[in-house]
Amino acid sequence: MMSARKHIYWIYWLLITVGLAVYLTMQLLGEDKTVYLPGKTSHGHYQIEMACAACHSDPLGGGEVLQEACMNCHGSELEVADDSHPKSKFTNPRNADRVAKLDARKCVTCHTEHKEEITLAMGVTQPDDVCFKCHQDVAENRPSHEGLEFPTCATAGCHNFHDNRALYEDFLSKHLGEPEVHSTAKVAPLSPVEVYQTISSYPIKQYPIKALKSNEADQPISVRRDPKIVQDWMDTAHSQSGVNCSACHEQKTEGLDKPVWVDKPSHKVCSTCHTDQTKGFLSGKHGMRLEQNLTPMTPGKARLEMKRTAHGDELSCVSCHSSHRFNTKDAAVEACLSCHDDQHSNSYKDSKHFNLWHKEIRGQAAENTGVSCATCHMPRKEVKHDGVKIIIAEHNQNDNLRPNEKMLRSVCMQCHGLGFSIDALADRELVEKNFSEKPDVHIESLDMVKKRLGLKKDVDGM
Amino acid sequence: MKSKILVLFSSIIGSAFLLSACGEQKTTGIDPQMMTDSLFSVMEADRTVYTKLIIGRLAKDEKVIKASEHWKDEKALVLPAQMFRYGAERVAEKGAPFSYSLLSLWPVNKQNKPKTEVEIKGLNYIAENPGKNFYSEEELGGVKYFTAVYPDVGVAPACVSCHNKHKDSPRTDFKLGEVMGGVVIRIPI
Repeated sequence: MMSARKHIYWIYWLLITVGLAVYLTMQLLGEDKTVYLPGKTSHGHYQIEMACAACHSDPLGGGEVLQEACMNCHGSELEVADDSHPKSKFTNPRNADRVAKLDARKCVTCHTEHKEEITLAMGVTQPDDVCFKCHQDVAENRPSHEGLEFPTCATAGCHNFHDNRALYEDFLSKHLGEPEVHSTAKVAPLSPVEVYQTISSYPIKQYPIKALKSNEADQPISVRRDPKIVQDWMDTAHSQSGVNCSACHEQKTEGLDKPVWVDKPSHKVCSTCHTDQTKGFLSGKHGMRLEQNLTPMTPGKARLEMKRTAHGDELSCVSCHSSHRFNTKDAAVEACLSCHDDQHSNSYKDSKHFNLWHKEIRGQAAENTGVSCATCHMPRKEVKHDGVKIIIAEHNQNDNLRPNEKMLRSVCMQCHGLGFSIDALADRELVEKNFSEKPDVHIESLDMVKKRLGLKKDVDGM
Repeated sequence: MKSKILVLFSSIIGSAFLLSACGEQKTTGIDPQMMTDSLFSVMEADRTVYTKLIIGRLAKDEKVIKASEHWKDEKALVLPAQMFRYGAERVAEKGAPFSYSLLSLWPVNKQNKPKTEVEIKGLNYIAENPGKNFYSEEELGGVKYFTAVYPDVGVAPACVSCHNKHKDSPRTDFKLGEVMGGVVIRIPI
């Protein structure tokens, strides 16, 4: 009798084990791997949490694998930011005592993933007073810092751990006494299309520079000719510079001699000519899922507030630059506001920035003097191809977002003085209100610099 | 019988010696001091060439281009000390077994003041004994190092004038040819 019961237990055990193994294997092979998540993923990575291998590229690897994964995505950004705390500063044995306190050689020391309970802003999982561990004697050389609370270093608009390009002392001193708004307030114009055609990757032989007429549209007979689409195309730089229908819709397929017509080309087609823009798109929150071969991002998957009407829309290049029209003005404001539904976004149309934008698009103000969503979140930047300098819009809208002081040089200072800009970015309520008023917060860093330089001058003069 | 025991005993001792020699080969690697001296001679030569032929000539004499701590922002030449440090960082990134730093008792950046006991002793020694080097051993992070400290001399008027004028320099009376800091090279032993 006992023996039969024992057998039943063994059968139960076997069934449960096999069932569990089958379930876990199916989860691992399927798209939804939630069961494997050790904790809630941070806001920076939650979109790609089902692409485990994006970070855990080698299941047998240790910390060095994770570090490599961090650097694969964030390395170039740190290099551009002149990272103030690069790994190379901590590998020298003289800093062994510091590494023992805080192993700054590894990103995960401060950015532990899947630990919601200790995750602060910007995915930081160290307490706010982390700077104290190495800089506790700062007041010895900077008397102005005497008595400042240790958690304030990186939270008061004065210092960042990685990016201090607009916050170092000599930069502050160079921009002392600047006005709230510069008289020459405008952003750099985007490069004209002709510049793109000088790049070696541009298919110039197939699509020579030449304004095309509507009857030259080369869609095959099998594809219905839609007069509206043709008109939209005629209104764009594409038709004016020789980019015909086939340039985007015809794709070469392995094993076939003739290219195949594709109704809805993917971002990969856009990247043929708009390489930097597509790279930016795939690096930011709009396109990072596509970069990991996951289904496209939809506003419904976002953690920010999004409009219900947009929840199911899949994000691609054409979701903002509607296909065939590619109107960059629409993409710069209306496209954003068709999804984003937070206070900052909803306050934009009450701001001075929007007034300037409104005037520009109505032709009442000069080009590049308006301030759209894209002006701040997709700022103009210079890239080089084959030695040719091109001004493009940075399509990774997260690139300058956090900490927001990253916007100082690339965005705010194009129009505003540094002091005013630092104060505005530090005023969290004002950010929510989309800068509709003057800042109510004052950051003392410029005052400290002024005082220190003044004192130094007095000493020198003695 | 006695002689047999003696022969047997001698052969055991002899074979033990032979076997012990088989287990480990005699170390034929370069002496740590010779290694650090050689490394320093290259570093010092490159540093002097950059300071005199690039900075001294182009920035000070010919005034073709500026040299600046904020070289990227100001589209200027990298300062000699930065050039040296960037080199040290590149060497570290490549995973070389040795490391080196440029330190000073009077650093512009306070992170570059000596902090280990050997660094403090060494920097003081080379400042007080011009022309001499300092060698020692120390343990850092559980690893034992041969540490050498070499004098870093102000070889060009640009070195002296820039440090004397810099707002963060704790010393403003450096003279040409004077020891302004030290190069610390470490090799794990």
